Amino acid sequence: MLEYGRFKYVTILVVVLLSALYALPNVYPQDPSVQITANRGYQVDAALQQRVEAELEKAGVAPKAVELKKGGELLVRLNDVNAQTHANDVLNAALGEHYVIALNLASTVPDWLGAIGARRMLMGLDLQGGVHFLMQVDKQAALAKRFDAYAEDLRVLLRDNRVRYESVERRPDNSIVATLAPGSDADAALALVLKSMPNLSSEAQGETLVVRVPEKEIQQITIDAIEQNVGTLRNRINELGVAEPIIQRQGADRVVVQLPGVQDTAQAKRILGATATLEYRGVVEGNAYDALSSGNVPPEGKIYYRKELGPDGKPIPIILNKRVIATGDQLVNARSGYDARSGTPQVSVTLNGIGGQRMFDFTSENVGKPMAVVYVERVPEVTKGPDGKDIRTTRTSEQVISVATIQGVFGKEFQTTGLESAKEAADLALLLRAGALAAPMDFVEQRVVGPSLGKENVDRGLTAVQYSFGFALVFFLVYYRMFGLITCIALLINLLMVVAVMSFLGATLTLPGLAGIALTVGMSVDANVLINERIREELRAGLPPQAAIVSGYQHASGTIMDANLTAMLAGVALFAFGTGPVKGFAVSLIAGIVTSMYTAVSVSRGIATLIYGHRRKLKSIAI
Amino acid sequence: MQFNVFPHNSKIDFMRLRWVSSALSILLLLVAVGAMATNGFNFALDFTGGIGVELRYAKAPDVDDVRASLDKAGYDSAVVQTFGSGTDLLVRLQPKAGGSGAESIGDDVARAASQPGNAAEKRSSAEISPQIGKELAQNGIYAMLFVVIGFLAYISFRFEWKFAVAAIIATMHDVVVVAGWFALSGHEFDLTVLAGVMSVMGYSINDTIVVFDRVRENFRGMRAPPREILNTSINQTLSRTVITSFVAFLTVLALYLYGGGSLRGMAEAQMMGIIIGTLSSIFVACPLLMWLGVSKQDLMPKAKDEAALARRP
Repeated sequence: MLEYGRFKYVTILVVVLLSALYALPNVYPQDPSVQITANRGYQVDAALQQRVEAELEKAGVAPKAVELKKGGELLVRLNDVNAQTHANDVLNAALGEHYVIALNLASTVPDWLGAIGARRMLMGLDLQGGVHFLMQVDKQAALAKRFDAYAEDLRVLLRDNRVRYESVERRPDNSIVATLAPGSDADAALALVLKSMPNLSSEAQGETLVVRVPEKEIQQITIDAIEQNVGTLRNRINELGVAEPIIQRQGADRVVVQLPGVQDTAQAKRILGATATLEYRGVVEGNAYDALSSGNVPPEGKIYYRKELGPDGKPIPIILNKRVIATGDQLVNARSGYDARSGTPQVSVTLNGIGGQRMFDFTSENVGKPMAVVYVERVPEVTKGPDGKDIRTTRTSEQVISVATIQGVFGKEFQTTGLESAKEAADLALLLRAGALAAPMDFVEQRVVGPSLGKENVDRGLTAVQYSFGFALVFFLVYYRMFGLITCIALLINLLMVVAVMSFLGATLTLPGLAGIALTVGMSVDANVLINERIREELRAGLPPQAAIVSGYQHASGTIMDANLTAMLAGVALFAFGTGPVKGFAVSLIAGIVTSMYTAVSVSRGIATLIYGHRRKLKSIAI
Repeated sequence: MQFNVFPHNSKIDFMRLRWVSSALSILLLLVAVGAMATNGFNFALDFTGGIGVELRYAKAPDVDDVRASLDKAGYDSAVVQTFGSGTDLLVRLQPKAGGSGAESIGDDVARAASQPGNAAEKRSSAEISPQIGKELAQNGIYAMLFVVIGFLAYISFRFEWKFAVAAIIATMHDVVVVAGWFALSGHEFDLTVLAGVMSVMGYSINDTIVVFDRVRENFRGMRAPPREILNTSINQTLSRTVITSFVAFLTVLALYLYGGGSLRGMAEAQMMGIIIGTLSSIFVACPLLMWLGVSKQDLMPKAKDEAALARRP
């Protein structure tokens, strides 16, 4: 009699069922679909849905379904790729001006699977086509910008406290040196600086003050800059309307952007490389609609448009002063929060010294009057001139994102209150922060994978995995007979588990990842061979069949553990130091090693015990 | 009634061959290092930076003709090579000063490379800054160091330092030989090949550990001189070694045959690695273990394990 604990069987059953459950989403086909999102100032609602349905009907396209999604997007599911292309053309012509229309592959996974966190593996660009960019953030520029702000703050601080100084300069060794006028009290000045800039380390050397920016602060500045850039990129990519974009920080100062399904790098680069900034402007009194119709604009003003729509369905015009109070370059930070007194949502804005001074000057004269924030975006464009040469121009788009009344005199720190919701506050803070890139970025890598290549890679990868499996399964069945069958079942469960683990982790499947899965087969074979050979050996040594099985599994387990753990070190190294495709390969390799240890040692033993465990007079086993 | 690749009671005197096998290994190493020193690697775009465009033709084009067409279009230093099947070509070039992005260059190259009646279709294009390549090479070296230190620690802990040293030398031997093969053959060395070479480390150490595991078991259970124990251990695991390597080789062969151009280099590295890694476990790692003077005392279990040992049959 062979014993294998009931608890272990339950574990195996649970593991196999969970694996099946989490691998299941990969079986559901994806619907070719068209995704519609609104440009700033437009809404996706039931009215739009009716309009879309009418347009499609007019063009003779029968959608599978038109769904209004929660995140403010409309999804049109179609029956095949041809219908998808047709629908895309139709909708682009009809709505393209105000809405972003993008091709998408919509999931058909039932909601209950999504609710337990089961989802399908994402396909890497090499498997579905698209563009990939790697951008390098100019850390030095981000630091320089921040250091200038510190130097300016120091100047203002000294001036405000009537400490006379000869110069305040930035030094290349991450310090700011203030040379005080002869005869001034350096110690008093130092105390002042220490009090108002507690996060910096300052010291007095004779008549100079040396303010150092600690390493920690520098790291924080860099991290903030990259995060801000990632935020900005995410905003811009949302405007592109790409389904499932990947925007990630990579290493210390890089950002990866992957846009599946996009083929036009030139357009993508234009959007990603656009520069945007903010301007604070005073509002000129007067009726903007009248000014617009009569052409009588006050001499100091210019007409802008707000992002909100007026009753006529068009953006509301507003007259703003031509003079800029402060710009986005002078914005140091913007955070959303709640007003301590009224409890309403607000955005706290911090300007640098110059911006603060100008804001102070402006607000002292204009309490009770409105002030506007304008979002200015410069998008570089390339057009072909008559001689066939590229003409580089910049298109500037300006939009008023917020108008607020000046409640009192303020300087570099102020709050914008009276916002309707916490979400609006968070959005405004994001817009303010993300308006500009914190530091310029260079494109260091870009790849384009054509959709046909992606499809071919999927086919090739799957074929390779099938053959890998086929070879191994046939060999085992012939060579080990009954135990070969057990091994085959263990290998199949192993495959199921790898797919489940990778899906659950949200890993992106790449071509090297598929290769990793195939290689996993090769590696997991080893564990099974070790066990089977050991059982044969024990049989030859004269052990009765059931004892041979027990002894074989026991002896082989230790070997398998040592062999696989060392092999896993190589996988971990690949994961830790690799990027892109190498990382994808490492993930499937590590997942495969772990699952193959479990299936070979535990699952196959369970099956062997089921088959041979309860026969009282077992004379021989088919191995 | 059983299939057997090797008779289970094989008694091949592997250790007698240790001088020959070691001399061969050293020769292989010398050739590999020599090839790396003189030929260098045919580094792919991933490492060198530059622009790469993958093209597909309706029928297999003549590579020289394509090169000539590109020459005429002003891409005079373009490297043209077949990629996967004969109808796919990979064109590599360095960016021209002040050139635009890869997209337009890719289309431009496809136009320039088209032959009369056999137009080239752009399948993919990439533009990579050389700075990325430098970091890749650096990360590759860090990864190797990480693996070597990891092996050293783990094997010293589970076995003994002599085993660790022998296993690491055998593994590095395999990596150098596989890398040397790429230098010698001039086959393209890209990111996936690097991953393939790294996975060779995993495979090779796996194989060596299985043999060593048996060596450890036999040192504890047998009364015989080290040479005989090593021989017995190799013979006992021989059947397993051959079967595993055979099946693993088959699976990688499937990758090589069906995986297409971009997986071919990786599969090639792994196939080489499986062959070399299997042989080195027997012919490099075991002789090294003997020369390092491994003995029964090295492996006698520590006091706490003695009770467990006494219970063994």
